[in-house]
Amino acid sequence: MLEPIEVSAEELQHLVSERALKGETVLLNMGPQHPSTHGVLRLLVELDGERVVNVVPDIGFLHTGIEKNMEAKRYWQAEVMTDRMDYLNPIGNNLAYCLAVEALTDLQVPPRAQAIRVILAELQRISSHLVWLGTHLLDLGATSLFLYTFREREFILDIFEMVSGARMMTTYIRPGGLWRDVPAGFEEAVHEFIKLFPRRLKQYEALVTKNPIYRDRTRHIGVLSKEDAMRWGVTGPMLRASGVAYDTRKARPYCGYEQYDFEIPTQESGDVYARYLVRVAEMRQSLRIIAQALDNLPAGPVRSDDRRYMPPPREEIGVSMESLIHHFKFWTEGFSPPKGSAYAAVESPRGTLAVFIESDGTPRPYRVHVRTPSFANLQALPVMAKGAMVADLVAIVGSVDIVLGDVDR
Amino acid sequence: MSDERISAIAAALAERFGGEATQDNNQTVLRLPLEHLLEAVTALRDEFGFQVAEDVTAVDYWQRREPRFDLVYHFFSYENADLLAVRVAVAEGEAVPSITGIFPGANWYEREVYDMFGIPFTGHPDLRRILMPYDWEGHPLRKDYPLGYEEVQFTFNFDEIQGKKVRGRR
Repeated sequence: MLEPIEVSAEELQHLVSERALKGETVLLNMGPQHPSTHGVLRLLVELDGERVVNVVPDIGFLHTGIEKNMEAKRYWQAEVMTDRMDYLNPIGNNLAYCLAVEALTDLQVPPRAQAIRVILAELQRISSHLVWLGTHLLDLGATSLFLYTFREREFILDIFEMVSGARMMTTYIRPGGLWRDVPAGFEEAVHEFIKLFPRRLKQYEALVTKNPIYRDRTRHIGVLSKEDAMRWGVTGPMLRASGVAYDTRKARPYCGYEQYDFEIPTQESGDVYARYLVRVAEMRQSLRIIAQALDNLPAGPVRSDDRRYMPPPREEIGVSMESLIHHFKFWTEGFSPPKGSAYAAVESPRGTLAVFIESDGTPRPYRVHVRTPSFANLQALPVMAKGAMVADLVAIVGSVDIVLGDVDR
Repeated sequence: MSDERISAIAAALAERFGGEATQDNNQTVLRLPLEHLLEAVTALRDEFGFQVAEDVTAVDYWQRREPRFDLVYHFFSYENADLLAVRVAVAEGEAVPSITGIFPGANWYEREVYDMFGIPFTGHPDLRRILMPYDWEGHPLRKDYPLGYEEVQFTFNFDEIQGKKVRGRR
C-alpha cells in the first residue's frame, strides 16, 4: 500500500564520491531505525571496506512543525511546546523561551526566581549528561553504567516532579519568573543530591576513565580541530573538547550566572574521549553552581508583579473585581508584547540554545525560531567521521550527544 | 559583550554599505541591502572578528510588507562575545547569495530556510530540503501555508485516507 519514494541518482550524485558511482565503494543506510542513532537519524554512509569515505546525515524524521504551531498559540501556550523539542533538557528550553519573552516585554525577574532557575537548569544539565553517559557507553557495549546513571537521573526527575508535578515536561519556568514557589523539602532534596552525587560520579569514573577498552575505542577517534569546530558552528561540550573555552553562561551571562564561581572545563585533543572528560568535569562544575545558589537562596517573590504581562495573584481575585476581570482577560486573551524582536541564548547541555521571537504586537508570536545546538553539532559529523572505521562511527555519533527532537523540532 | 562596541561596528558597516543600524530589544540589528550582503559578511569575518553564523532564519511578512521576507542572520564572535543581527529584505522568488563560503556552518541553516520559506540560495553546495520529505509540496513556514492537520489513520478509514493524499505523499 505504501509506495517507495523514488530519488533519482542525479539528485544524490553530489553527495557521494565518483568511486561510488563506479561501484567501487559501498553505500550503506544506517538508520532511521538503528539503536545507536539515538532516535530517528538516518546516515547514508559510503564505505570503502570498513573505512568511512563520507557520511550524509538525513534528518527530519521527527519534525513536528513546532515553530509553525507556536505562531498559532498565545505566548503562554507556546511555551508548552518548548519542552517537547529537547526532551532531555525541558528546563533549559523553557528558560531560553522565557528569556526571549522577557527581553521583548522588559519583564524583571525577582532574585529568588533567578536562583531557582539556575539550580534547576544545572540539575537538568547533570541529568542530561547522565543520559548521555549511559547511552554512549551502551553504544560501545558497556551495559552496566546505563543502569547506574539512570538511577541518579531518577533522583533529579523526582526533584522536578516535586516542584512542577511533571518529571519531564515541566513548563515550570514561566515568563516573569516561575509557575510557583518551590515546595517545602526542595532544599533538603537538592542538598541530599549534591552530597550523594560526587561519590557516584567517582564510581562512574572508576568504571570508565581508565578503562582500556573505552580508551582504545575513543582516543584519537572523531577528532574535530579547533578551527573546524568554530567554522561549523559547533557549540557546547564539543567545542570545549576542541580547546575553545567558550560558555554562554560566562560570555553572555543570564539569570545571574555572573555571580557564581565556576570554571569552563576544556580539553585540547577534540576527540571522543575529550568530550567524555569535558562532560564529566561539567557535572562537577554544575554541582558547584548548585551548592552556591542553594546556600544563598534569597527569600521573596518568585514572579514579577508587572501586571501588563502577569496574571493577578490568586488571593486578590476573590476580593477585587478588577483583578477578577484581569485574570479572565489574561487567561483568555493572553498578553501582547510590543512590536519588535528579541534573541536570547542559554547554555544547554548540548551547546548554545537560542530563541528568536518576532512580535507584531498581538497576543500570538508572529515568528518563533529556535537555534538548537544539536542541529549545528550534527552538521559537523561528516568532518569528524571521514576516514574513521564504521564501528567508530557509532562512538562518534554518540559523542555528539544529539537529541533528535532538538535537531528536527 | 559591550553594547557600544557592537553599535559602532553596526554603524560603520551601515555607512559603508548603505544600510541602517538600529537597536531592537536586546539585539543590535544591521539592515543591509541584498546586493551588499556577501561583502558585508566578509567584512564581519575579516575585519571585525566574527567567527560563526550562529543562526540563520527568516520571517515572512505576507500581505503586510513588500518585499515579502526578511532573512535574519545572527553572527557571533567567541573572542569578543559580540552578537550582531543582520537583516536583509528579500522578495518572493529572489535568489540570495549563500554565505556558506564564508561561514560553512550556515549550510544546514540555509537549507532549512529554503525548505521552510522557499528562498533559494545561489552558490550553496547542497541545496535540498532538510526537514520535510524530498517530495513535499509547499513551504510550511510561509504565512499563506495553512496550519492544517492530518486525519488519524485507523483500520476502518485507512484506504479512504490513503486515497486522499491531501498534501505530500504519505
